[in-house]
Amino acid sequence: MYQDVIIAGFGGQGVMLIGNLLAYAAMDQGLECTFMPVYGVEMRGGTANCTVVLSDEEIGSPIVYSPKSLIVMNQPSVDKFQPRLAIGGVLVANTSIIDPGILEQKRLRTFSVPANSIADKLGTAKMANMVMLGAWLEATGCLALESAQGALDRVFSKQNSRLIPLNEKALKQGAEYVRGV
Amino acid sequence: MKKNDTNLLVKGNEAIALGAVAAGCECYFAYPITPQSEIPELLSESLVEVGGTFVQAESEIAAANMLLGATACGKRAMTSSSSPGIALKQEAISYMAGSQLPGVIVNICRGGPGLGSIDPSQGDYYQTTRGGGHGDYRTLTLAPASCQEAYDLTIRAFDLAFLYRNPVVVLGDAILGQMKEPIKNWKERVVLDGKGLDWSLSGARNREPRLLKSLYLSDGALAGHNRKLQEKYQAMRKECDWEEYRTQDAELIVVAFGSMGRIAKSAVRKLREKNEKVGLFRPISLYPFPEAPLDRLAAQGKGFLTLENNAGQMVDDVRLAIRRHADSGLHCVLPGHLANPDDLLGPIEEAMPAKAG
Amino acid sequence: MTQAIQTEEKQVFRLPDVLADTATHFCPGCHHGIVHRLLADVLDQLGVVQDTICVASVGCSVFIYNYLLLDTVESPHGRAAAVATGVKRANPENVVFTYQGDGDLAAIGLSEIMYAANRGENMTVVFVNNTVYGMTGGQLAPTTMVGQKTTTSQQGRSFETDGAPLKMTEIIAGLPGVYFSARVAVNNVKNIKKAGKILKKGFANQVQHKGFSFVEFLAACPTNWRMTPVEANERVGGEMIDYFPLGIFKDNDNDGL
Repeated sequence: MYQDVIIAGFGGQGVMLIGNLLAYAAMDQGLECTFMPVYGVEMRGGTANCTVVLSDEEIGSPIVYSPKSLIVMNQPSVDKFQPRLAIGGVLVANTSIIDPGILEQKRLRTFSVPANSIADKLGTAKMANMVMLGAWLEATGCLALESAQGALDRVFSKQNSRLIPLNEKALKQGAEYVRGV
Repeated sequence: MKKNDTNLLVKGNEAIALGAVAAGCECYFAYPITPQSEIPELLSESLVEVGGTFVQAESEIAAANMLLGATACGKRAMTSSSSPGIALKQEAISYMAGSQLPGVIVNICRGGPGLGSIDPSQGDYYQTTRGGGHGDYRTLTLAPASCQEAYDLTIRAFDLAFLYRNPVVVLGDAILGQMKEPIKNWKERVVLDGKGLDWSLSGARNREPRLLKSLYLSDGALAGHNRKLQEKYQAMRKECDWEEYRTQDAELIVVAFGSMGRIAKSAVRKLREKNEKVGLFRPISLYPFPEAPLDRLAAQGKGFLTLENNAGQMVDDVRLAIRRHADSGLHCVLPGHLANPDDLLGPIEEAMPAKAG
Repeated sequence: MTQAIQTEEKQVFRLPDVLADTATHFCPGCHHGIVHRLLADVLDQLGVVQDTICVASVGCSVFIYNYLLLDTVESPHGRAAAVATGVKRANPENVVFTYQGDGDLAAIGLSEIMYAANRGENMTVVFVNNTVYGMTGGQLAPTTMVGQKTTTSQQGRSFETDGAPLKMTEIIAGLPGVYFSARVAVNNVKNIKKAGKILKKGFANQVQHKGFSFVEFLAACPTNWRMTPVEANERVGGEMIDYFPLGIFKDNDNDGL
């Protein structure tokens, strides 16, 4: 088993958080994993992205140019990363923000997820990132939804632990949306 | 982060800090610089919790000299920085080498020259393996490629520093420092027995005074001191460490260290899927450089390609190691570019002996 | 007459054991030897010789380890206060002092001394100010007087281009972390006695965990000043004390000794 993903969006959309969550979920399942953030000046205001690699074998490069999958939360990230996605790769796009017209459909397995709308219905658009990760888990099938839900307490501090049930729900609704598609 | 938590997901920088705590580090001297600042941030808490000393110095120069002072007292001590800061520490590192003091120095290398960038770089290979400051001295240099190795080699760095009474450098880069991986924080903090410190300063109570110095003015004294140091550097050769991956039937050996080594490993795997007979040689100790195993591979008639995230520095050592049998090609990813496996496929394929020949 | 001389011997003067019984390399009329002697007396009187770690610096001062039989570490030029910080933090139970000249402490080592002082490191700094870089041949130092001729200011120090000499004791006294800062001279018996008392206080403070103590010695360098020892001594007592006044500039005890 080998899977990699670039997760990209605006700073503040929680891109790093779901990258971390995915890495924890993989680790808890006994998989090897790497989480590589793009850090520094780009963290402030501009686009943020991270690369997560999961494998049942020792991982070589934590940096991936042509990923097998992509989670994009904003338009500039589509422009930057969509052309690099390997043929047949999984593209999960937040179409609450991204114009679906710019998404490649034929070359890729594309999933348009209105993540902000789904998260809004749960009470806050802040959880759009969780919806996206839930969708990605379902689209790639590489990890069970429960493993991500179970790792939430790893990425939320104790004082924010009350947010965990709602985030579990957001992950689930993302997965269900993809299943419905 | 709990001790002996077998499921820690940490950055390489944090793994180094945890390794230092496990190694029994007693004093750490900090100065902020990207991309290593997680080391002082973590140690400002976790080292103090276990009774250690943390000082944020006024400069990299001062931090390195505080390290000199603490190691003169026989303490397990460390400082860390990134390339421009390491350049400033070289003064004290030279004095520590001359005075035979066992400091541990971590360099999470960034792009240069000058202020450069905060991107990954291997541009400090020369600075680290050639001594770095003035005079004929060498620092043992360990180059981890994963967070677990960062943890393990930091522990080893302290042991080697005291074994040889010599500064030891842990050389990483921004990839290693910022990347997160699961590690096993497997080691209980070392309980030091205070043995083997009959050179260290504690006040001359009921014994002769001790002097730790690097100044030798009398006739022939410096030459004698240098001879002793050179003999020590020769003795360090037995600490050579490296990883070989699929070298046995390989026609081409890719040589790369640290982060570049693991990126190259992915490229080697991809090429193996295409039945290219390529293998990886990853030096883990950069000084001493693992010359003997490279010489052995060269004697088997294999070709060589050195891959570096700099303008070509380690390739000098590779060429020296294999000079009796072969030469090495060189492919450089210049600092400012982030290396990835796909970009390495072409250069490696071109260097395959069948094609190159 | 003969009978008067044959009285029983009574020792009224002895060398402290910490002082090596050897001739120094210092030039005739140099004050380093007197400062060394005072240091030996003070450490002996406080009974801390076996607890003391000396941090040597670069310059004529470096050979202190040949004359004071103490555990000693050499530091790079200017870095003694940082090295001493490392020593003291590693071994808080030891008595730690630096011994630095003016080029070392007030030029290249200004950052290190300011920060060690401001952190209030519990150590003692012995600063020997002779207004020149001595070992390298008498070049312009941060404490060279305006108008003073040196090998790199052959027309005399110019205020316009070189600035004015730094008054380190006053500068150090102005830092909140400092416990004690004083300037002394060893140009005559009265001043030597006073200097000994103040130096003792500088070390006693450390023994009592009070904090950072700084003692500046005005010192003669006849060789580089191109003077006889007597002339050099007179310069200290005149021109130097006029610009660098003696006294205690900060004492958190406020007991005036």
